[in-house]
Amino acid sequence: MSDPVSDQITRPPDGRAPEEQPRWRQDFPIDQHVEQYVTRREFTKFMVLTSVAFVVGQFWIAAQSLLRRKESAPGLEIARLADLPVGGSLIFDYPEPGQACILVRTGEREAVAFSQLCTHLSCPVIAQADQGRFHCPCHNGNFDLATGQPLSGPPRRPLPRVRLEIRGEHVYAVAMEGMAV
Amino acid sequence: MPVPGHLNFYIDPGRCIGCNACVLACTECDSHKGQSMIQLDYIDRSASPQTVPVICMHCDQPTCAEVCPADAIKRTPDGVVQTARKPHCVACNNCVLACPFGVPKMHTAANLMMKCDMCYDRSSVGLKPMCASVCPSQALFFGAADEIAAARPHSRAIDAFQFGRQSITTKVKIMVPADFEPDALDVTAALAGPSADLIMDNLCDEGEGQ
Repeated sequence: MSDPVSDQITRPPDGRAPEEQPRWRQDFPIDQHVEQYVTRREFTKFMVLTSVAFVVGQFWIAAQSLLRRKESAPGLEIARLADLPVGGSLIFDYPEPGQACILVRTGEREAVAFSQLCTHLSCPVIAQADQGRFHCPCHNGNFDLATGQPLSGPPRRPLPRVRLEIRGEHVYAVAMEGMAV
Repeated sequence: MPVPGHLNFYIDPGRCIGCNACVLACTECDSHKGQSMIQLDYIDRSASPQTVPVICMHCDQPTCAEVCPADAIKRTPDGVVQTARKPHCVACNNCVLACPFGVPKMHTAANLMMKCDMCYDRSSVGLKPMCASVCPSQALFFGAADEIAAARPHSRAIDAFQFGRQSITTKVKIMVPADFEPDALDVTAALAGPSADLIMDNLCDEGEGQ
């Protein structure tokens, strides 16, 4: 059909031509097929405007990503490195209060940190640096001290790692690996 | 899919026996959700048991759609006027007041006008509307024109009506005697009759009482 107005099968009561009808009668036709008819112009307008909205949205997302990348995270100060002996461990909350993590100093200027919750049943793990592992006493599970991978026992998933930065004499937690900042 | 063009809906009101089968059958239509979209009207209850099935006449210029402020009543390309669309209907009762045949009825519990849609999900695939399929006296007939002409040689179908100054042509046809010449219907004539006399007598009695 070329023109939905002239294709109307319901004639107005006053009998005038469809072109002479008021605007509201053209906008709200009684005929179902006239109302559902979409002209080529309307379809093209819809597609163009929708595409423009998508493109603008993508540019906005890219701009937000650039801005976010420039802002480096200050991170959370955990401890002074000198306060912790080599092989010693420290409990801290990261990234939110109540989310316990464990920091272990492994060398003169080296340290590792992981979530303290056992990936088996969320029991707190303890560091056994002399044996090179994190030990979960509940079900005798063990994780590697350097990587957090399970060594033995029931756990199957590694401990989530906390990314660290050593600035001067202080240790900072900057990110939880595998999580968005 | 449109209703097949050779199938028409005929009402022969004289054949109605008031059994209410059509009203109950209407609730059985799949898309009616247990609500009857038609009703049975008594012509003059004090004087006669004659009833008339009130189904939508599906006007070529549906008055209910003309007066609907919410654009809720639509007409399909094959001329079937659909019931009000639920998201649009605002239950203003304009269509109930405006329809010259008295077809739309407001379901106040649902805030929705419901009227006969000729069982569009059935008639659009060539099946009879539910009411026509159960009518024992075939006062409601759905079929070809030659079929009903052969079965009722003394009747003919009319689809043009005059209500005061309003001329209406309808998709549904009414069977009348072959020699019947329809006049313009005086809608106020219903006020002069046995029922109207009773009403006026009661009013006068109450007036005298006061």
